[in-house]
Amino acid sequence: MTAAGAPAGSLEELATRPGRETLLGALARRCLIGLSVAFLAALLLAPLAVVFATAFRSGIQGYLRAFADPDTEAAIRLTLLTALVVVPLNTVFGLSAAWAVAKFEFRGKSLLITLIDLPIAVSPVISGMLFVLLFGMRGWFGAWLAANGISIVFAIPGIMIATLFVTFPYVARELIPLMQQLGNDEEEAAITLGAGAWMTFFRVTLPKIRWGLLYGVILCNARAMGEFGAVSVVSGHIRGLTNTMPLAIEALYDDYDFTAAFAVASLLALLALATLALKSLVERTGYRRR
Amino acid sequence: MRGGQPTVLPGFGLTLGFTTFFLSAVVLLPLAALVLLAASTPLHELLDAVASPRALASYQLSFGGALIAACTNLVFGFIIAWTLVRYEFPGRRLMDAVIDMPFALPTAVSGIALTAVFATNGWLGGYLDMVGIHVAYTRLGVILAMTLIGMPFAVRTLQPALLEVQRDLEDAAETLGAGRWYVFRRVIVPAVLPALLTGFTLAFARALGEYGSVIFISGNLPLKTEITPLLIVIHLEEFDYRGAAALGFVMLAASFVILLAINLLQAWGRNGSVRRDS
Repeated sequence: MTAAGAPAGSLEELATRPGRETLLGALARRCLIGLSVAFLAALLLAPLAVVFATAFRSGIQGYLRAFADPDTEAAIRLTLLTALVVVPLNTVFGLSAAWAVAKFEFRGKSLLITLIDLPIAVSPVISGMLFVLLFGMRGWFGAWLAANGISIVFAIPGIMIATLFVTFPYVARELIPLMQQLGNDEEEAAITLGAGAWMTFFRVTLPKIRWGLLYGVILCNARAMGEFGAVSVVSGHIRGLTNTMPLAIEALYDDYDFTAAFAVASLLALLALATLALKSLVERTGYRRR
Repeated sequence: MRGGQPTVLPGFGLTLGFTTFFLSAVVLLPLAALVLLAASTPLHELLDAVASPRALASYQLSFGGALIAACTNLVFGFIIAWTLVRYEFPGRRLMDAVIDMPFALPTAVSGIALTAVFATNGWLGGYLDMVGIHVAYTRLGVILAMTLIGMPFAVRTLQPALLEVQRDLEDAAETLGAGRWYVFRRVIVPAVLPALLTGFTLAFARALGEYGSVIFISGNLPLKTEITPLLIVIHLEEFDYRGAAALGFVMLAASFVILLAINLLQAWGRNGSVRRDS
């Protein structure tokens, strides 16, 4: 955390300020930069490059052929649909939770914050399993759901609920500290001057928190589109029906159709790059994570 | 804690009500289902599932691998954070942005990509194979994937802490005759210790539960390269819900302990000493 009120970058300038550099210092600097670059190149850049290299190894035609497959098309559509349902729901939740936590004092507040963060600490596989235990054939509501002809597990609703669970904290954990830090003075002034609740929210609060909100939504969306473990457990892997993009990658990979698997993977890699670029842009506005 | 502080702001009932309802429906009810199922399982059945040789081998790999990965991240996380904070060099901003890649890259993608890079016919796997190191389809591969996935946690918790280390203190120590190593040990490490431990714990927690990026590179041999989350999936595929829930309960208990540790560490970082709740 930077010191309050200090202009962004001042600490960084102080930290990197040039001084008299000894021979040993110069050597240490080169070694550490070299080590960092080597570590990141092997672990991050090489895998990223291999995705595109493999996707395009049979040329553009081979790359495009991967997307002509109706099952792959269905997977892309399902992933988009899931994000379209889950991200707005968790955004509304995040706004609501941040408003309750930042604007009011009540008992059990820190417990509430801990519980909101809980899904981050739970393994993706366990997150998916929870909904199998609830809605699966032998789960709590399994018999009732089967009697009423509703399928959740091994169907699209299960995928959406599992994704909702794993992406649950992303918007809230971004907004809660931000709104706590920004304080309530403007909102209180607006209400006192006669503005309604919704007007205060849309005209005062929303502009204040817009970068933090965008940041949270970007991260929530990236996780929603990329989730593998939780969705894998509830999906049932029915090709063309309940496979999302990450699951389609696994199916194609298991079929040794590497070009197609990496072609679909390249779309998700592009999504990751776009996410990082957007994040950097938001950070340029001076928004800092807490 | 103060209750009902007077405020003119509206929406307390609506937002707290909706938050509590949504939290209960999406998070708490499902977690309760898992805990209740594990609790209602007969003890001998529970022990069979939790202490089977296959389960024990999977804990060894999951916990041991996550521990090694978190230690690796402690070292490299520090080096990377130090490089980003203390040195100015071309490409620093890009490096800073790239750190978050494992957050943004779907785990299935990093899984197949890591496997492709480190397989014996891969870009790096070929060279490592020549010196006798096999990464793909071994425990080393599991640890590698766990390291990748935990790396940003270590770097991102250390970066702000390193920024706050007072250069004046280091200069003062050096002026008074302390060597670089002494300054590192007695000035820098104590200042960033809470962040160091928090980063370590976060990286460990993430690596422990990781599934997508591990299962492609691990080869999934029972008793050898099978992680606990995969064993849970296998139980579920055999419709052995109780066995799955029992293992899930073990993992969940571990996550809970870790979460508690993180909260204590963060309180320590904020206050300089572990805060006791009144």
